[in-house]
Order: sequence, then structure tokens, then C-alpha cells
Amino acid sequence: MQTSASGGSRLRIVKRDSLPMWKAVGIRLLAVLLALLVDAILIYCIVNLNPVDVYKTMFSGAFGTTRRAWITARDTALLLCMSVGLAPAFKMRFWNTGAEGQILVGAICTAFCMINLADVLPTGLLLVVMALASIVGGGLWGLIPAVFKAKWDTNETLFTLMLNYVAIQLTSFCVACWENPYGSNTVGIINQNSQAGWFPALFGASYGLNILLAVLLTVGMFCYLRYTKQGYEIAVVGESRNTARYAGVSITKVYIRTMILSGAICGFSGFIAVAGSSHTVSTSTAGGRGFTAIIVAWLAKFNTFFMVVISLLLVFLEKGSSEIASQYNLNEYAAEMIEGIILFFILGSEFFLNYRLVRTGKEKEGK
Amino acid sequence: MAETPVIELQNVTKTFGYVVANSEVSMDIRQGEILAVLGENGSGKTTLMNMIAGIYFPDSGHIRVRGKEVSIASPRDAFDLGIGMIHQHFKLVDVFSAAENIMLGLDGGMLLDRKGVAAKIREICDKYGFEVDPDQKVYDMSVSQKQTLEIVKVLYRGVDILILDEPTAVLTPQETDNLFAVLRNMKADGKSVVIITHKLHEVMSVSDRVAVLRKGKYIGDVSTKDTNPQALTNMMVGRTVELNIERPDPVNPQPRLVVEHLSCTSPAGVQVLKDVSFTAYSGEILGVAGISGCGQKELLEAIAGLQPVTAGSSVRYFPEGQAEEQLVGCSPRKIKDMGVHLSFVPEDRLGMGLVGSMGIPDNMMLRSYSEGHSIFAGHKKPNQMAKEVVDELGVVTSSMNAPVRKMSGGNVQKVLVGREIALSPSVLMAAYAVRGLDINTSYTIYHLLNEEKRQGVSVIYVGEDLDVLLALCDRILVLCAGQINGILDGRTATKEQVGLLMTSLQEKEGD
Repeated sequence: MQTSASGGSRLRIVKRDSLPMWKAVGIRLLAVLLALLVDAILIYCIVNLNPVDVYKTMFSGAFGTTRRAWITARDTALLLCMSVGLAPAFKMRFWNTGAEGQILVGAICTAFCMINLADVLPTGLLLVVMALASIVGGGLWGLIPAVFKAKWDTNETLFTLMLNYVAIQLTSFCVACWENPYGSNTVGIINQNSQAGWFPALFGASYGLNILLAVLLTVGMFCYLRYTKQGYEIAVVGESRNTARYAGVSITKVYIRTMILSGAICGFSGFIAVAGSSHTVSTSTAGGRGFTAIIVAWLAKFNTFFMVVISLLLVFLEKGSSEIASQYNLNEYAAEMIEGIILFFILGSEFFLNYRLVRTGKEKEGK
Repeated sequence: MAETPVIELQNVTKTFGYVVANSEVSMDIRQGEILAVLGENGSGKTTLMNMIAGIYFPDSGHIRVRGKEVSIASPRDAFDLGIGMIHQHFKLVDVFSAAENIMLGLDGGMLLDRKGVAAKIREICDKYGFEVDPDQKVYDMSVSQKQTLEIVKVLYRGVDILILDEPTAVLTPQETDNLFAVLRNMKADGKSVVIITHKLHEVMSVSDRVAVLRKGKYIGDVSTKDTNPQALTNMMVGRTVELNIERPDPVNPQPRLVVEHLSCTSPAGVQVLKDVSFTAYSGEILGVAGISGCGQKELLEAIAGLQPVTAGSSVRYFPEGQAEEQLVGCSPRKIKDMGVHLSFVPEDRLGMGLVGSMGIPDNMMLRSYSEGHSIFAGHKKPNQMAKEVVDELGVVTSSMNAPVRKMSGGNVQKVLVGREIALSPSVLMAAYAVRGLDINTSYTIYHLLNEEKRQGVSVIYVGEDLDVLLALCDRILVLCAGQINGILDGRTATKEQVGLLMTSLQEKEGD
């Protein structure tokens, strides 16, 4: 049968069996290139700027100066930690949408120790106590939905989502308690003079520790999921609860253990956010990153190493678009459109990684 | 042939990725015949028929219906040409009644003509001998009733070429006979019927002509009256296959598993097992027969510790030369930790026995990963085990670590059975171990079960093919509505005896 390009031919969607690595990378690069092209047209037609200049500005917004590069790295590390925290829960098909809340609870616990123990403990020990507090707080925030899911099979997506709002209110309450100066309705920079409980500079870089922790978590989580018995149990439970029962895995135990871990890492990210970057706490400490982390985890297919690349991309886009917004005096929405189009193409390319389009001739005589 | 075939395929080819499902197939379907399309699993029978029914579109080749070249791009195109297909998985809306399911997707005005539809359904039923209650809801129907409804549904649409994909896989012997009677009526009415199957005795009893496929290629066709099961098998497999199932005599049988008063209640409150008591001996194969859903699944799962049982139930395990163990109330992990080598091949292979997204080695460690004190799961032993299973059972896979979900049904089952046997069991339970498998693989599985039996394992085999149960098992336990309706000697029982016990509950004698 001849395949003709005439009006009778039609496109069919065919599932791909497997894809060589170079092709997968190629499709993604093509998606980015297409996105840049569409963006270029948009930039030229709507805001009448030279697209190349705009892209250069975007790049300089993220990496233009050493300071900017460090901030990009710091924010990437933070987003990465949160995504890594989601990895075990998602691998278990436990849709933890509560990273935002777990981060906030971790952040409050951190701030509490930072404010109240600064005069009591030496800096090193203080940092350890803060970290432990954030882990306990986040872990607890992860434990609650897990217990409900295991005992009463509640919907974890809604449950964790609702807990975010509880955490936000809790944070508002704490901010009101710790107000400084009085009446400002903010906590202000904690320990501004003593810098107690702040991350020390590492390898001469102020955000060295942030990056080191993110790297350790990424590698650690990868190994945990891939090589340990617990990681294996998570994969089995995620695939089929019946298979897990058959294999003698206690589903309740795995749910609870894994969600404590997931919540604890998200809480620990809150510790990094407070002690390692903002040195204050507010309802915007998580700033929607808990949700962005969900996108990162999904796009990376729960592989923590892919998460590095995707976190970097998202942070780059965010920094870049805010830079063009300020440089060219655009309103923020124009910049966000550019960001959105790039994301759209990358997400869209997932389709072409799994499917291909085939044109088949449809011969109908007399028509 | 003077007469034009109703459907003629010419050089039809279909590929999925790198897999060639059908290669240059040319065949025809004639007016007023029952054609059996025979082939092993993965030989492309279903794919080929799906192309006629508009589910798939051929990559190349021609399809002619009543001599006219056509392009069938959707099931609707197929209906317009008078072609209907009954798939293995029924496509019915559970909460709708029979009549509503039939009306679904019909052209027509805004208003539903329920009366007219019901009348026409009755007319079709009378004509061919179906029994369908137009008002019965699908969720109230048995599998056989659902299948009947599917057939009526396509007949309602004026189909005169009917394709059935393994229609008897889910039916009891009696239901199968009824179906065949209906098919013969349809043939007498001038309709063409195609049944896809790999059961030879059915081919022999119902078909007029057999078309054989092997590895996606068309091997040829024969008139049923000119052939026999052995010749068909040879065509299908491509070489001579021994069709006898061995049955070695049990050597020194000892009680291995003593089940007493085992009762189970489903979460919905229905009693699915009622006071089941029997003994499984070492070195024997105990067959379990019954209509599907009569407690077979619950029986095996209750023994394996996966199903809560009612108080008073008892499952005692007698290991060689050691004290007995009570298994009731133990989780699968605890049973394993007590040192009970209980292997279980569940019915739902990918949903319970294996992890579909994992490769063979990762599936090998499913039952043994927790051994040892290290927090890391060792991959060396599973890799070794995977290699052995693949080599010994001839598992075909593109790569060891490719997800088992992507393998064919037969290979999936080999991996599962291979793992359970590699655990050196003393009790081996297998549910529908050959369901959906081709002849070759089925015989491999029977051979493996016999091998285990020879080594003194107590094998409990839940099966649906009565011919196989009667040829393979030493004793056959028949379940009916969750109760034991009799235990027969496999060497003397007849198919009719078993069939009767499956369908009608005997009065309990004595106390």
C-alpha cells in the first residue's frame, strides 16, 4: 500500500517501544529550540525587542555575575532538596502534595531553635539542634497523612494539600509571636548581629554548605531507592499493593516510614531555607517551591539525578524572566509568558518521547 | 473457488515497533462457515482479527469484503461492513441494563425507543437460541451472560461476520456447549463465524475449517474433517509435540497440609469459603476444579496468609520429621520466617505475583529480599537466579532488566513459576498456571509440576481445563459455591462427573 500525502492520509499515534538515549536527548533539545523560536517571534511581535538581546539578558540574570550565579546555585539546591524529599513518596505512588507545609513546619522549628537557643548553645551544636528540630517537625507533618492513609485509606492528595493550609496558619501564628521589631508583623532577620545559627561559609563560599547538603541528599536518596531493601519495598508498594502483601511487605509500615522520611527531608529543606539563605521565617518561606518541586519530581521520573538538571532549568527560567522584566521595563506577565512557553514545550516533548506519529494512507475510492 | 469469500486478506502486514505481529498474511473467510483461527500465543491471531474489526490498521496489504477493496479504520467502519468482534475483555457498562448496553452508540433520534429495542432483542434471541433478559443489569450477570450480551449486541447491529476472541476461556463445559450450539445456528442462518482459539478439542468439535498462524505468518488452512489434533499441533508449533501429560504414581505420600473447617468471609460480608476440609499429601498433585469465582482464589490465599479467615479455621503444616505448624493467623512473612516453604503462583500474575515495572532479577528477589541483616538488598543472588530461570525455562526477553510487563504472557508465567520453584517449596500452589499460555509453554509447566511432585512436593493445582485436570492430577477437589462438593480420583473420574459436581451442590450426607 502506498502511503500518500493526499487528503485521504491520516496521522496515527503509535506508542514507542524504546528510545535510544541520543534520540531522547535530541527530542528535548529540539523542544527547547522550538520554544526559543516561538518565544523569539512573540518577543519580536508583541514587545518589539531583539530576541537575541532578551535571551542574553535572561542568561545574565541567572549567571551574569558571580553573586547571581551563587544565588542561582543556592535556589537550585533548595528546590532540589525539596524534590528529593518528594522522590520516595512519589515512587510509592503516595501523592504527597504537602511539601509546602512540611517545609514551613521545618522552617518554624528551625526558627524557634534559632531564636530561643542562640544564647545557650555554641553555633555548631545549635545548627545540629536546628536541623534535628526541622526533621522532626517535617517528619511529623508527613506522618499524619500516612497514618490516616494506612488506617482508613483517606485520600492522601487532599489530605496533604489541606495540611499545607494548617501549616501556613501555624506559620502566621508563630510570626505574630516572634514579631521583631514589635508591630512590624515580620520576624525580621534572626540573630542579625551574632549570626548564630547561620550557615557558615564553606570552601570560601557563603552558600557552599547549601550545595553540599543538596548533593549529599541527592546521592543518598538515589542509593536509598536503588540499593536498599527499604527502597525495594517502596517500589513494590508503589507498583501494586497486592504484590506487596503477597511478598510479605507490611504496607502500613512502609507508608508510615516513607512519609516520615519524605516529610523529614522537606522539613530539612525548610531548615536550609531559613538557616542557609533567608535567615528569617514567614508564610512565604516555602514560596510555592513545594509545588514546583512536584513538577521537578515528575519531570525527572523520580530519578534524583535528573532532578538536578530540571531544578536548575526552572530556577534559571525564574531568574532570567525576572531579569528581563526589570531590564526592559516589561510587566512581569510578559516575562512569565516566555517562561511558560519554554516549560510548555518541554512538557509537550514528553509526548513525543512515548509516542510517535505515523502517517497511514487511507484509501477510499470515489471520495 | 467459484464463490467470492466474504472477507479476503492479501499480504497484510502489521508491526508494533520492532515486533512484526503479522507478516504478509493472505487468507479468506467464507460465507456460512465456522472458521477457527488457531495459533500459539503471540502468533498474531488477535492482531489479524483486530485489523478486520477496525481496532488496528494494517501497515500494508489489502482487505476485500465481498470482493470490494475496503479500508477499515475504526470499529464503526467494520460495523458498516457487517463485521463484529467479541473481545476477550468485555466492553460493557456495568450499571446499564442489557438493553441499554445494546442501545449505546446506536444511531437514531433524540428519543430512546426502549420497547422497540427490547422487542428486537427478543427476536434475535429466539432466532438463535440466546437467553437474555433485556432489563437485567450487567453487574448482575455471570461471565457467560455478559458474553451472550456482547454477541447479541453485535448481531443487533446487523453483523453477519462475527469474530470471537477466545470465547471459551471463561466458560464452563456446559456453557461452552451452549455457545457452540448458538454458533451453529448462526452458521445455518448463513452468517460467517470466526473463533480465535488455541484449544484443539474445540476446534475439532465446532469448526468447519481451520486456519493456522505461526509467529505472525499464515501457515495454511485445512478442513476440520480432514485433520486431527496432533496434525494441527504440528502445524501450529512447526514440529512434532508430544501431547501426553505424564502422571507418575505418588511415592510414599505423607500428609503435608491438613486444612480443617476453613471458612472465609469477603469484605462485603458474603461467605466465600464454607467449612472446607481436606488433606494435601506430599508427592501428589491435588487438582482444584470449579466454576470461576467459587472460592478457588480465596482458598489458596487463605492458606498463604493473604486472606482473613473465620474463627475455627485450621491449616496445619507437617514438615518432614518436625513438629507441625499452625498457619492460620500468620502473615505471609511470618509463614516464611517459620521455615515453611510455601510457594504460591497466584492467578493475577502481574497484579500479585510479580512487579510489572521491574526486570527479571528484581522480581526474583521479591520473596527473598528481606533475608539477611544488611540494609542493602543484594543483587548478586537474584541476578544468578534470573539467569538460571531464563536458561532453564527458555524465557524469551529482549533484556534481563526490561520490565516483565512488556514480556508475553507465557514468558511472564515462566518467570513467576520459575521463581516459586527456585524457592525449593514443600507445598506448591498454582492458580490457573497455564491460562492464556500456548501449548508448548503449557506442557513445560505441566512438566515442571510433575518434576516437583517427584521430589515429594505437595502440589495444589487450580485449573479450568477439565481435560488437563483429569490427565494431570492424582485427586481432584471440586469446589461449588465455596464448599467442597466432592474429591474424586483423577485416574477414574470422568469429565461429566466433575462437571456435575462443579454446577450442582450435593446434599451433605451424615452429620
